[in-house]
Amino acid sequence: MSEDRHVLDVNTLIGTYPFRYVPHPDPDVLVRVMEREGIARAWVGHLPTAFHRDPVPGNAQLLAALAPHRAVLDPVPTVRPDWPRWERTLRDSVDAGAPAVRAYPTHWGMGPHDPDMQRLALASGDAGVSLLLTVRFEDLRQRHGLDVAGDLTAAAIRTLARAGEQVRLVVTAAGRELVEEVHWSLTPEEQGRVLWDISWIWGPPEDHLAKLFTTIGSERFCFGTHWPLRLTQAPRANLDLLPPELLDSRLGDPRWPLPPDPKNNEHE
Amino acid sequence: MTAAPLGGSTPLVDAHAHFYPPFAGRADWADVNAARFRAGERVGISYHVASVLGSYGFTSPTYFPSPHDCTRGNDYMLDVCAAEPRRTRMYVTVNPNHTAHALAEVTRCVARGAIGVKLLASRRADDALLDPICELAAEHHLPVLHHIWQHRRREWPNQEISDGLDLGRLAARHPRTTFVLAHLGGGGDWAHTLAAVKDIPNIVPDLSGSGVDRGMLDAALIELGADRLLWACDLTIETGLAKLRALEVIGMPKAQLEAIRWRNAVRLFPPGAFPGLSA
Repeated sequence: MSEDRHVLDVNTLIGTYPFRYVPHPDPDVLVRVMEREGIARAWVGHLPTAFHRDPVPGNAQLLAALAPHRAVLDPVPTVRPDWPRWERTLRDSVDAGAPAVRAYPTHWGMGPHDPDMQRLALASGDAGVSLLLTVRFEDLRQRHGLDVAGDLTAAAIRTLARAGEQVRLVVTAAGRELVEEVHWSLTPEEQGRVLWDISWIWGPPEDHLAKLFTTIGSERFCFGTHWPLRLTQAPRANLDLLPPELLDSRLGDPRWPLPPDPKNNEHE
Repeated sequence: MTAAPLGGSTPLVDAHAHFYPPFAGRADWADVNAARFRAGERVGISYHVASVLGSYGFTSPTYFPSPHDCTRGNDYMLDVCAAEPRRTRMYVTVNPNHTAHALAEVTRCVARGAIGVKLLASRRADDALLDPICELAAEHHLPVLHHIWQHRRREWPNQEISDGLDLGRLAARHPRTTFVLAHLGGGGDWAHTLAAVKDIPNIVPDLSGSGVDRGMLDAALIELGADRLLWACDLTIETGLAKLRALEVIGMPKAQLEAIRWRNAVRLFPPGAFPGLSA
């Protein structure tokens, strides 16, 4: 198994979760975990912000918390496209060196064809950053009675993938069925706009990850742990247990598209 | 040269596994079974303690298997054990709604080597219909692996309500029987389960399930202790490997890790169930 597949974890968060206790969701702990697990770099969101109406204060907290760790942690702020001045939030995120921005349409009550989400997907692509979507934070069967947002749907994802050629999506915490429904509902060109993290895809004996690598291609997937909600060890274990013929599969590079002008990106 | 097991070289018992028979209605049944052995070898699983859940819904529902499907499934599981005696052991699967058949099936399969009983929430876990099965299990020193949906207090399709509180009431009626509470990470609120079974010593959760919530292993160790946990995979061996690796970085004493990996299984299953392993 080639180690370069684990360089970048696209799916980490810091901060507390409103519906259960999560131990030590702090950036310094994340950095230690990454060192232990051989993860060189992580994209980091702010977990409480997913449940806030206005994401701006949470984004500020995120940037402040990550400031001492920018050598290995990249901020992924949240942009809510039905909130006033969201374009400014997106621009601030790009200026802060974010490789992607997060959005939570189900938490904001947005349907699969919401025009604001499509505008955000297009604007993010124009700005040279990916739009990171979260299918779920927790298993549907364990959710708190107040946690009624529901999982992100295939319809919502494919609508965004079809919105325009500049769109780049990184979809986290999806299972096999959702991946397949979206992938095969898109043209080959549209398929290339979507990258899936492997944090929630089953391994053996059902071998969902192996089947997806075979049918869709390993380059459509990237490394993600869903820390601090899930064990960091899970995706690596999944890759380690691929069938022998797939052990050398290469994951896709979530860093596309590269920043338009690397010289202006101080943290690189 | 064979690579070192990813899960370590000391013994490892998967206390919750399944195999698929040809009549399960899925064309890839043999591939799934082969994948379990492939991944098991890679992880270093010494024994898969497994069951076949009837026809897995093809001719009767997975969680409500007909007596005929129970027998067919058990026969297939016996065949797997006969073909793979070095690495497989068997739970006999029964449906407590068919008491006479269930008791006869337990007796038949134990005589042929079954080392535990598998119940699927075909009846709520605290139902009196489970009593004769649990009494028979105690006579044979058989653990009862009971399917559990953690913290499920309302009806959902396809299986009866059965959570830690329900199993706790059954276990209190049968203190001589060991109950393996299925897949602590298998969906639902594991924190509810830990609180529900904390004071019921004859309930031993297995750690299987696709759920890998951070905090679950730590909480299970704090609430129940290493002597009341069994390592297991169920449908996702990669999460089993991840949990092994997570247990190692928790920094627990070697004896506790070995208890979870295999010593508890050797203690709880019938004597001699795992040749080569002795607690």
